[in-house]
Amino acid sequence: MQIRKGGQIPSSEITSEQDYLDRRTFLRAAGVLGAGLALTPSMLAACARDDARAAGASQDALVPTSYEDITTYNNYYEFGTDKEDPSENAKGFRTKPWTVRVDGLVKKPADYALEDFLKPAKLEDRVYRHRCVEAWSMVIPWRGFPLRDLIARVEPSPSAKFVEFTTKLDPAQMPGQRGNVLPWPYVEALRMDEAMHPLTLLATGLYGKPLPNQNGAPLRTIIPWKYGFKGTKAIVRIRFTDRQPTTTWNAVAPNEYGFYANVNPTVDHPRWSQSKERVIGGGWRKKETLMFNGYANEVASLYSGMDLRRNY
Amino acid sequence: MSLPNVRPEPSPPARAPRAPRPRPLAQRIGTPVVVALSALPILWIAYAAYADRLGANPIREIVIRTGLWTLRFLALSLAVTPLRRFTGWSEIARQRRTLGLITFFYATVHLSSYIGLDQAFDWGDITHDVLKHRYTFVGMATYLILLPLALTSTKNSIRRLGGRRWNVLHRLVYLAAITGTIHYLWAVKKDTSRPLLYLLLFAGLLGIRLAWWWNRRRARALVPS
Repeated sequence: MQIRKGGQIPSSEITSEQDYLDRRTFLRAAGVLGAGLALTPSMLAACARDDARAAGASQDALVPTSYEDITTYNNYYEFGTDKEDPSENAKGFRTKPWTVRVDGLVKKPADYALEDFLKPAKLEDRVYRHRCVEAWSMVIPWRGFPLRDLIARVEPSPSAKFVEFTTKLDPAQMPGQRGNVLPWPYVEALRMDEAMHPLTLLATGLYGKPLPNQNGAPLRTIIPWKYGFKGTKAIVRIRFTDRQPTTTWNAVAPNEYGFYANVNPTVDHPRWSQSKERVIGGGWRKKETLMFNGYANEVASLYSGMDLRRNY
Repeated sequence: MSLPNVRPEPSPPARAPRAPRPRPLAQRIGTPVVVALSALPILWIAYAAYADRLGANPIREIVIRTGLWTLRFLALSLAVTPLRRFTGWSEIARQRRTLGLITFFYATVHLSSYIGLDQAFDWGDITHDVLKHRYTFVGMATYLILLPLALTSTKNSIRRLGGRRWNVLHRLVYLAAITGTIHYLWAVKKDTSRPLLYLLLFAGLLGIRLAWWWNRRRARALVPS
């Protein structure tokens, strides 16, 4: 496995074709957005949109999910296990001041104030498909910057093979952490090459606005070709390591949630099918789930030679 | 059809042929009240769906809510007999069948919303889902257990089957309570607190019956032969 380090990224890759395509997609989506927002998420309206989607749109015409749906239908167990819980319980969550610790196998370990951490970042808008392991999906216009930019800044040592992300542990503010539904704090991790991939984002906003608390404010990871739980919300620590970290869902139910968790319609979750997905706000019919959530051209090479049935 | 009146009645005002003793009010309105109250959840769900008050994923919400009400009515129908025994309020025994049929009604709405709304009648997907995934399989099994009970709920069926056999058949409802709870338990991802609450509830309702059975057995054993 080739591991590319920050300093070695060829400049030709920095503006990748995908970024370019994404920008175009975003512009196109922005046009549709006006129409999309005018429709309420009522089932009738959703059906109309469904028809529009089926009639005109090719696979990559991404129609963003409504802001209301994105911000009221969340899996964020720190704030409760019902989908509507986070939007209720995260209202008063304080994201200022916020410190992010960068440590492990890295040249410049430090505790960063979030403002300093973000200062050098060039924020961009990216419309990504979002596929939950529970077989529902959204299309989300994130705002953020490539994780690789940050990795380049902090200079991990060549021996670093994984990046681990940790969510804030604060039971006083996060009621879900007072119970033991999951072992807290939430931890997720990426292989270095996944973290360095130009699609992988550190997000600070959505719909051009600051990230709402229920969506992982102030800082979260987005890995659009993986199931949503691979993303870490309210990140307080980024650690570089040479060993595959223990990640939360994988530790809790290894037969259900793999370390890789790449979106894969051909490998069912033991309890439900992954071949289709319910598009939130998208009407009656489900959509066929795409390999790597539609990002196969960009990311399939990361896993060449791997048995994806075993490494789910 | 009325028989010809052969007995010469002397004169009007003849009293109307003796009507059966009017049933007490509680008895007469019992079933309509139970049915009307039981309709409230489905009416509420229908209204909420119409008014777009089911959140971002209304289809999932409909499937979940109708499933939960199935379990609740199943628990209510299983509570009738213990309640009657403990309180001596024998009137409610009449509502056991009503509640059982309402349970079956909600189970049918639950299953139909899964088939029609969630799976959009894709029979290939449905077959795959039922055969490959344990919680759907157990859910479907639960429905198939309830089906013969609903079909034999009439007085006529009791007569045809004979009370004994009918009773044995209808003990399947205990199995449905167990499989229904397992279906719920396996359906949730991690937060099992609510399914465990139902598990406790049904364990209680079935436990009482187990205790009765045990006592009966012991009592029988004590009778000298």
